[in-house]
Amino acid sequence: MTDAIVLAIVGPIVAAVLTLILGLRFDAVGWPMALLATVAEVGLTGVIGWEVIQNGRLSYELAGFAPPAGIELVADALSAPVAVLIAVVSLAVLVYARTAGPRGNMFYIVYLLLVGGLAGVTLTGDLFNMYVFLEITGLAAYALVATGDTAKSAIAGLKYLIVGTIGASLFLLGVGYAFLATGTLNMADLSERLGSVAAYDSRLVIAAFGLIIAGLAVKVALFPVHSWQPDAYESSPDSVSIFISALVSTVAAYAMGRVLLTVFTPAFFDAVPMARELLVHAAALSILAGSTLAVLQQNIKRMLAYSSVSQFGMVIAAFALMNEMAVVGGVIHLVGHAIMKGGLFAAAGIIAAITGSRRIDDYAGLANRAPVVAGAFAVLAFAMVGVPPAVGFVGKWYIAFGAVESGTWAVAAVLLVSTLLTLAYFARIIERMYFAAPEPEPEASAPVPTATDGGEATDEGEYPVSPGMVAIVVLAAVAAVALGFFGTTIESLLDPMLTEVFAQ
Amino acid sequence: MMQAIPELLLTRYNYIGAFLLIAGGLYLVVSDRNFVKKVIGMNLFQTGIFLFFITAAFIEMGDTTGAPPVITDGVDLYVSPLPHVLILTAIVVGVSLTAVALTLIIRIYREYGTLREDVLREMDTDD
Repeated sequence: MTDAIVLAIVGPIVAAVLTLILGLRFDAVGWPMALLATVAEVGLTGVIGWEVIQNGRLSYELAGFAPPAGIELVADALSAPVAVLIAVVSLAVLVYARTAGPRGNMFYIVYLLLVGGLAGVTLTGDLFNMYVFLEITGLAAYALVATGDTAKSAIAGLKYLIVGTIGASLFLLGVGYAFLATGTLNMADLSERLGSVAAYDSRLVIAAFGLIIAGLAVKVALFPVHSWQPDAYESSPDSVSIFISALVSTVAAYAMGRVLLTVFTPAFFDAVPMARELLVHAAALSILAGSTLAVLQQNIKRMLAYSSVSQFGMVIAAFALMNEMAVVGGVIHLVGHAIMKGGLFAAAGIIAAITGSRRIDDYAGLANRAPVVAGAFAVLAFAMVGVPPAVGFVGKWYIAFGAVESGTWAVAAVLLVSTLLTLAYFARIIERMYFAAPEPEPEASAPVPTATDGGEATDEGEYPVSPGMVAIVVLAAVAAVALGFFGTTIESLLDPMLTEVFAQ
Repeated sequence: MMQAIPELLLTRYNYIGAFLLIAGGLYLVVSDRNFVKKVIGMNLFQTGIFLFFITAAFIEMGDTTGAPPVITDGVDLYVSPLPHVLILTAIVVGVSLTAVALTLIIRIYREYGTLREDVLREMDTDD
């Protein structure tokens, strides 16, 4: 059943092309096609996950050329959870977008391309192939950001495109250096040849490492190369910001983890301790800067965006610490953050549909007007802060333990400070929702979904709130708490692979 | 050392060209305020990387230089075909990126009548 790997990538892309063709004749074919393809994607990634649990690493040779000459697709304990996450979150976004829009076949075509690209980055075993899928992901993401109603979203999309392309090109240049040093692009083959054919501390290998990591850091949106991200999240339609915040940076962070763990391997960090130092410090800076900037924001989407900068700093710090404990924490936090942040963006979208505002000040008294969404938002916020037993706590716990284990006390301290800052920016929202009296509304008699506060124009226009959208937010909240109980399960899943990585 | 620099210029001019394209492109992206020029800079940056890859594929043994990687009678030494194939893919990616970028630029220009980043930012703070 290794065919599931290739189908998981090709399926959504073929569905996108079919939607394009069918869209010439039929108007409303986008959503059903996307639903069909995404449900199939959930099934396929489920099969991949099950196979990986049963048999360990799965590999598929494209077009029958044996790797390392041919391109290899790989599913293992690191990629399988991310693949399942992509499929499940995509399905949730589809339910949300049914009512919230954007409408039209074009949106769903680009949506399917993005799903295919994300699955490709996750499941590829070839470094150049990863570049191509990163760019498919990027192209679809730029186009989706620009689907907002106003031209402001086009500016955000264009800025994202320029910065993202520079990042991907740096990655490509790094791949070129790695190829020159070793003569191969296959990840498994590269990890063998690095250190034997090319010394770890040769200039070519260090340049390759630096460029690949710098390129991926742009895609992950680490501080200070995060500048595209708040604008992109803020001005894209709600469904798109859920999708992108939950998956695009996540997959880039996964790609960085994959390159660090299975291409350069811990032996590279042993040979070049400087590289590790720099990456850990960059990630720590990102954690602090991201959470500090988040505290300063008034717009809920910008606040959540800066929060992502800090949370991804944690994930990258975990991968850079490079011990078993920290990497397990990094993977848990990677998956957990996607669910929590996607849920928070969905909740913010529903709240904007109810109140017509994205300003944190206007959240006052929301608990009375929308108790379910406010409650789910509060649960997700506390999970993000790291209140046990939620998944946010488990991830940070493992990362902090890993930091202490490797003697990097600074990272443990940064984690603590950032947890306090995270509490600071979420607590003020929760305080307003539950304890502040709502400001008197001049047009309180107007029908709720069309109420606007007059001052802040909402970019996407209002849309009705469907039970499905609320269900998504509640499910995300439940999952954020429930996943916390499966921390040890994830650890035991990753264990065989990590033992192999760290045994070298 | 003084002789090394002209020699470097004569033998490694492709790499110098690639470096100039990459640096110049990056400078244009960062410094210019016009979005069209930023996209041009992005294209130069990518072209520099393409040139770097293609140059790296070149091979020379004694007096014979590598032939283009298309099998021909009587030719034994070919340049490495893999970077060419990779860059062919990368060029396609670059073209589609430029297409999306230009689409967005047209939309921005229709809405605001300008493509200067600083003017757009002022307009944004005005509303």
